[in-house]
Amino acid sequence: MHSKSKTFSKGSLDILPLMIPVVPFGIIFGAIGIELGFGPYVTYATSIIIFSGASQIVILQLLSAGASSLVVITSSSVVSTRHLLYGAVVSQYLNKLSLQWKLLLSYLLTDQSFAVSNEYFKKNINNNFKHYYLLGSGITLWLIWQITTIIGIILGSIVPDELGLTFTIPLTFLALLVNYLRNLNHLIVIIVSGVSSILFFGFPFKSYIIISSIIALMSATILIKIKK
Amino acid sequence: MTIWISIIFAGLINYGTRLGSVLIINPKKLGETSKRVLSFVPSAVFPAIIFPAIFLNQEGGLVDMSDPKVVAISIAFLIGILSKNLIITILSGLISFWTIIFLL
Repeated sequence: MHSKSKTFSKGSLDILPLMIPVVPFGIIFGAIGIELGFGPYVTYATSIIIFSGASQIVILQLLSAGASSLVVITSSSVVSTRHLLYGAVVSQYLNKLSLQWKLLLSYLLTDQSFAVSNEYFKKNINNNFKHYYLLGSGITLWLIWQITTIIGIILGSIVPDELGLTFTIPLTFLALLVNYLRNLNHLIVIIVSGVSSILFFGFPFKSYIIISSIIALMSATILIKIKK
Repeated sequence: MTIWISIIFAGLINYGTRLGSVLIINPKKLGETSKRVLSFVPSAVFPAIIFPAIFLNQEGGLVDMSDPKVVAISIAFLIGILSKNLIITILSGLISFWTIIFLL
């Protein structure tokens, strides 16, 4: 039996391991905002208005370097284009929902909530309340990001550099792929995307993420066609 | 003031990228091939976040293959294949990484 509250709790719990990098980075982000001289209001506002760690850091770094608004907005937009792909995947499961639900769930659609929800949706397609899973995982991440940003703003950088916590970001993204690693087609797509990201890393506006994703999806299309 | 305008515009566009596909795409009109290609989205996007963070240094050059990040992610990769478990994979990577940088 699926219920709204059980599905919500499952989403909240499943996303918790992915908070290993989110907690220190929320704190580091809050501290960076203050160090760069943006003050508590601007720094915290980005966590509500933008709510995307990667985009937030790009924006504050560019603004503090004196970049024009156009460059700032373009860069953060290019970094966030990957969400269009996440949206395309989850739209298959959310299309029956009302506009209000879509507006809310889209705001909560992050790398982490997308990754866990996508796995859940595939396995629980008949759960009529499956969107509560994305709601639960999304709200949990949102709350933790807000709280840790505020901790960083107030306490400054309390996370020791020596722990090398930047490593936890790629590590959790690797862990999100564990279900695909034994599949040859997925493994090929993973390698194509990874190698492309190294090759195109120097491209302007951090466009390497979306460029590599598109090249990888094109190779996925070819693999699917060959198999037919 | 420019700072606020930049942040609000960036926020609106960011939200637009999250909302766009959810609103526009009608899954009934998606073909079987498109659906199968979309099932590759995690495998297509996440490596573009993983690889540069592991294999490139801050100047954008390739790191040595004996770098602690490379060794630890390789161990996590193998454990990930064997265990197919998200938490075990994260823990194996963290333990390997901290063992290398603190103990070895």
